[in-house]
Amino acid sequence: METVISLPQVGESVTEGVIGKWLKNTGDHFEKYEPLVEVVTDKVTMEVPAPFDGILIEILAEEGQTLPMGAPIAKAETEGMSDQEANTLSAEPPPKPENSPSITTTSASSPQEATSRARIGTFTEGTWGGPTGGLPVEEEETPPSTTHSVPQTIPSQPAQQPPVIANTTTMPEGQSIRSSSVVSRLAQEHGVDLSEIKGTGLGGRITKKDILKAIELREPGGVTGQVTGTTPISLTTQQDTPPQIAPDEEAVAISPLRRTTANNMVRSVQEIPRAWMTMEVDVTNMVLRRNEVKKEFRAREGVPLTYLPFVINVVVDALRECPDVNSRWGVDKIIRRKRINIGIAVATAQGLLVPVLHDADKYSISELAGAAYALIKKAGAGTLGLEDVQGGTFTVNNTGALGTIFTVPIINYPQAAIITTEAIVKRPIVLDDDIIAVRHMMNICISFDHRILDGQGAGSFLSRVKKGIEAIGPTTPV
Amino acid sequence: MASRTILVLCLKILFPPSGGFVALKTVVEAVREAMYEEMKRDDRVFLLGEDVGRRGGVFLASQGLLEEFGEERVMDTPLAEAAICGVALGAAVKGMRPIAEVQFADFVWPAINQIIGEAARVHYGTNGVLNAPMVVRSPYGGGVKGGLYHSQSIEAYFAHTPGLKVVTPATPFDAKGLLKSAIRDNNPVVFLEHKRTYRLVKGEVPEEEYTIPLGKADVKLEGNDVSVFTYGLMVHYAIQAADVLSQEGISVEVVDLRTVRPLDVETIVRSVEKTGKVVVVHEDNLTGGVGAEVSGIIAEHAFEHLDGPIIRLAGPDVPAMPFSPPLEATFLLNTEKIANGIRQLASY
Repeated sequence: METVISLPQVGESVTEGVIGKWLKNTGDHFEKYEPLVEVVTDKVTMEVPAPFDGILIEILAEEGQTLPMGAPIAKAETEGMSDQEANTLSAEPPPKPENSPSITTTSASSPQEATSRARIGTFTEGTWGGPTGGLPVEEEETPPSTTHSVPQTIPSQPAQQPPVIANTTTMPEGQSIRSSSVVSRLAQEHGVDLSEIKGTGLGGRITKKDILKAIELREPGGVTGQVTGTTPISLTTQQDTPPQIAPDEEAVAISPLRRTTANNMVRSVQEIPRAWMTMEVDVTNMVLRRNEVKKEFRAREGVPLTYLPFVINVVVDALRECPDVNSRWGVDKIIRRKRINIGIAVATAQGLLVPVLHDADKYSISELAGAAYALIKKAGAGTLGLEDVQGGTFTVNNTGALGTIFTVPIINYPQAAIITTEAIVKRPIVLDDDIIAVRHMMNICISFDHRILDGQGAGSFLSRVKKGIEAIGPTTPV
Repeated sequence: MASRTILVLCLKILFPPSGGFVALKTVVEAVREAMYEEMKRDDRVFLLGEDVGRRGGVFLASQGLLEEFGEERVMDTPLAEAAICGVALGAAVKGMRPIAEVQFADFVWPAINQIIGEAARVHYGTNGVLNAPMVVRSPYGGGVKGGLYHSQSIEAYFAHTPGLKVVTPATPFDAKGLLKSAIRDNNPVVFLEHKRTYRLVKGEVPEEEYTIPLGKADVKLEGNDVSVFTYGLMVHYAIQAADVLSQEGISVEVVDLRTVRPLDVETIVRSVEKTGKVVVVHEDNLTGGVGAEVSGIIAEHAFEHLDGPIIRLAGPDVPAMPFSPPLEATFLLNTEKIANGIRQLASY
């Protein structure tokens, strides 16, 4: 009888495989355990053995196709087996050790509507509340028996209950405040000092509601969504207790922005395995082009023309051609971002801000200049909105303005990479035909997430940026 | 124009937008319908148990099935639970899809060897060659003055066993959809129906064909302050408690686990992320009950989100539910006890 052959689970942490060469063609006979097809997982190629004797009827998975474990790869006619045996082969594999639900074979699925009270149902007799043990119900207002409707008071019922909360010890004075994980985390993320909050919980403890209220007062709308299960547990344990200050030291208070930056940097460094590369770029033509048009541009657009819009324009093209650089790590997949939203690192009096230019690939160079200028101005004035700093997919940092020629930046979590443009320095350079000339040189550096990108991927991206910048010339539209 | 409006109105009444007719059914009616429909749909499905045929079941859960499907498919068995479940296992391994009824959950003990010792291990032990697509269904739970031998909760023993699925519906809608899925499932499923809900709970059940996937919990009531994880009859008391507490400004989320093996970890964790406070409620004894597993899962997967200790409200660790009514009421949880427990945690 006809059966489907599926891609078997070939390794513990392996979730998918790429189909390689088919070793049998349709119509071929095969024996049990004979290899049918090659499958590439991680970096290793393996063979899938036939689970029974049979004839290959149809190949369902083409060479080069990526499929998850358990996906059907072929149809085959079984030989020399009873219907029952063949039937049970298509039963799902034994459940995995973890508590994951096994696959069921339901065909129709339940209606999608949320559970309504009508579907929950009501009691058909007057036993609201549960058995009373035969004792008379004291209240006269016994609730109507056919609904879950709430009476004014609950009829008195037997059985005293001991207090359910076992550990209700209150902290003696002078001790550090003990708070739950979620309260500590929220306090850390938003730079809230727990000693300033009055707790409304048992024994004066600070509850999640208390701290959420405090955060709301401090930064309205500032509490971002819940932490997902991907937060590494060890994230802030080192930073929990501030150290003592020695007599020859002085404490300087830090802004909430500084605190947030610190947390983001720690998170990025702890989670992302970062590698770094640099290339030098001949920007002589870009310098010439800019100098040529900057006066007229200023008069026409009302904003100054810097090198930043030229660079961003080249970067977005390179990102379009290298979509893995515009992505984030998804544990068992790379999550490519469909929009290209460029974050621009800006140093302000309060600290480092990274406003985001959304859909930067839709702008021309002059539009980029205007948009970037507006964002940078807002950043300096401290008037950036939440939407201005959210949604970034890639970051550009002009560290060259500080005078550096190499920078190893920290990736703006959870992006895949960050690029810096260094100082433009005139250097003697050897050109083709071994001529020595003085050229404007600018290094570009990239820090990248080595889980997502290898040297190959990052290098090819950086190379495209280099070539794109070097291709800027007198005909580049501004 | 007017006649067209009337026609549209008539159609809207006859065919409500949700896509079909609904009817009000009790839990036992929903169970009966599920078995009827599955037996009609698949010739391999048959029912066996004590008094299921001519009597129609002591709770009338199989009323009318013998007349419809005949003796070959609705079998009255001797008083021998090991045989009921053992025969079901043998038939399942050979390609049938039996529903074995254990008349009261309290009677299942002689069949433990067949269910846990054998059925649970067939697929694994034969390296996937054989499997046992059988359902063992049984009424469980107390509050019916059933005493020692007609009130027990047995889910914890099966929920501990890999190779089994264990389902505990609370509403007619869930009972029908889940039982259909259980019958169609290729694994042995222990399907436990709280006998108190059989005729006590009446709710909407669509006429159209539907199933509910096993292993998925259901948020019966949404809330923000405390999550209550529960199953069976306690779901209804938890909802009543939530209604009382909402008047005191405490917003309670009631999650009906529906399947206690495998537990829906995702839904559980998502609820804890939302509220930070957890009360687990079940009628079964406290120690080693399903609540302990739920607590372990939360402590492991949602520790960072907890804003208070995990509270379990459960039956006391007493060997049996008493027969005397005041003692039975002392044993059992009720709306007030559940509300008290939630209230204390909410103020922590």
